[in-house]
Amino acid sequence: MLFDQILQYCLSGLSTGAIYGLIGVGFSIIFNATGIINFAQGEFVMLGGMLTLLFLETLALPLWAAIPCAIAASMVAGLLFERLAIRPLRQPTPINLVIITIGGSILIRGLAMLAWGKDTHALPPFSGNDPISILGATILPQHIWILVVTVFIVAVNRFYFYHTISGKAMRACAYNRRAAGLVGIDVRRMVLFSFVISSALGSIAGLIVAPLTMTSYDVGIMLGLKGFCAAIIGGMSSGIATVIGGLLLGILESLGAGLISSGYKDAIAFIILLLILVIRPQGLFGKAESERV
Amino acid sequence: MNRELLKFLAFSAMVLAAPLYFKGGYLMNVLVFVGIYTMLAIGLNLLLGYAGQISLGHAGFFGMGAYLSGVLTATYAWNPWLAMPLAAAVVGVVAFLIGLPILKLKGHYLAMATLGLGIIIYIVFNETIDLTGGPSGLSGIPYLELGGITFDSDVKSYYLVWSFALLVILFAVNLANSRVGRALRAVHDSEVAARVMGVNARLLKVQIFTLSAVICSLAGSLYAHTMTFIAPASFGFNFSVELLTMVVIGGLGSVYGSFLGAALLTLLPEFLRAAQDYDIIIYGALLMLMVMFMPGGLVRGIPDFFKMVIKGRRGAGNA
Repeated sequence: MLFDQILQYCLSGLSTGAIYGLIGVGFSIIFNATGIINFAQGEFVMLGGMLTLLFLETLALPLWAAIPCAIAASMVAGLLFERLAIRPLRQPTPINLVIITIGGSILIRGLAMLAWGKDTHALPPFSGNDPISILGATILPQHIWILVVTVFIVAVNRFYFYHTISGKAMRACAYNRRAAGLVGIDVRRMVLFSFVISSALGSIAGLIVAPLTMTSYDVGIMLGLKGFCAAIIGGMSSGIATVIGGLLLGILESLGAGLISSGYKDAIAFIILLLILVIRPQGLFGKAESERV
Repeated sequence: MNRELLKFLAFSAMVLAAPLYFKGGYLMNVLVFVGIYTMLAIGLNLLLGYAGQISLGHAGFFGMGAYLSGVLTATYAWNPWLAMPLAAAVVGVVAFLIGLPILKLKGHYLAMATLGLGIIIYIVFNETIDLTGGPSGLSGIPYLELGGITFDSDVKSYYLVWSFALLVILFAVNLANSRVGRALRAVHDSEVAARVMGVNARLLKVQIFTLSAVICSLAGSLYAHTMTFIAPASFGFNFSVELLTMVVIGGLGSVYGSFLGAALLTLLPEFLRAAQDYDIIIYGALLMLMVMFMPGGLVRGIPDFFKMVIKGRRGAGNA
């Protein structure tokens, strides 16, 4: 009996955790290319769900067409965000960057509220709602979609960063921006790329989770923060470590909500965040001492 | 007599005379809030503007002050004048203990850590229903009394809140021009250099964090006793961002700038009644525009702007 329950919590924790992981990878990609923590990352998650809804309902596109349109639109938003908010900044000190990305996130959230109102909306599941039974626990087809998409994205990410010129250039920027510039890499373009890629990742996370959890103009805050928490657990890696961090967080949260108290579910993520920041700022799996400046 | 003292006296005179002008109208109520928010903005400014350390969790300390005062007086019938310093002391101890590990973090990481802290505090307000009343709030908090006067009207609350606010202003101005203020600015510009010069940067940062939390707690107690009703929604992440906006708009490191930011952000929604739901957009846009075009805030931005205009005219005249 108890085993069934725990398995159930773990399974549902895995899929929310995968979402946190994807959002976390978005954080890490920007951080590694620029040293910026993009506080607006969560808003792209919200945009993913809301834009899919827009293309699906208002423009009456089928789901398979609405999804790529929503991702493309979020990428444009990411591009505009970098161009209009980050690049023109004359004094890019950490505090100014924090303030400007917070300003950006509130602005995006406010505009979304204007466009879509304050209601929560549901996105239809990708392939039905018939529960699947695994060892006495049940999951929905959407859970499987989330896990499959996450695995796919981790693989694509790996391929991009290690086997394409542009991905390698981005990694070079992460190691040393000046040196990357000296060998002819256009650092500013890589920064722009990093924003576009992570807004795409954010919106994918947002639109695959929307059928499960509903979506509204303000879902971005919490999802974004938990994605950041996943990235911190993973030591700001833009690969598998952050996804594992997300899965860990998802499972802990789901167990905590089920076995301890659902009211404190959201607090769990932040307590973990604080503990890791203070005790192991290099992440759970990191080795090297790294200064978090 | 020095310039700072003159400035303070002029400002105090303005504050004391304001009720004569507004004659107890609706705006008096708004000005009570300006006073409370001025205290909060100065509290955050000490940390952000002077020491260069960001916090996105100060709404939590504000809320702790309000709830400690509220619960002690409403539920346990304590004397408010006893509850207020106790609340401030508790918040101070909590802030110090949390500040010790957290302020080792820098920049973005500090922002995220304080943000997480603020949200944890907010969740506790919501979940400890037996104590705080949960999301529906805590009511029946008594007004403050002193020497037979009950501070229950807008005008009385105004003088009460503003006497505290003026004390905070005086304190902050003095601090800025003291040894500690100079050490803080040194930490802000270069922590390493400050340490080399013998400033205990780590302890100093924790101390200023504690101090700013205590100021927020005092403001919270006053808020609880003037509103007589509090609910968690007033102390969430959005309010931390609003505080940040006040400080940034007014000017980092400027005491009177904090007043300006607090006044602007409190009065703006009053004048934009029609745009009630849009204030969030306005905050976002203001934050971004200020950082991009007026990083010194209004207190420095406006004089600079006029200097530029005058210079431009002179330039045109010469040509």
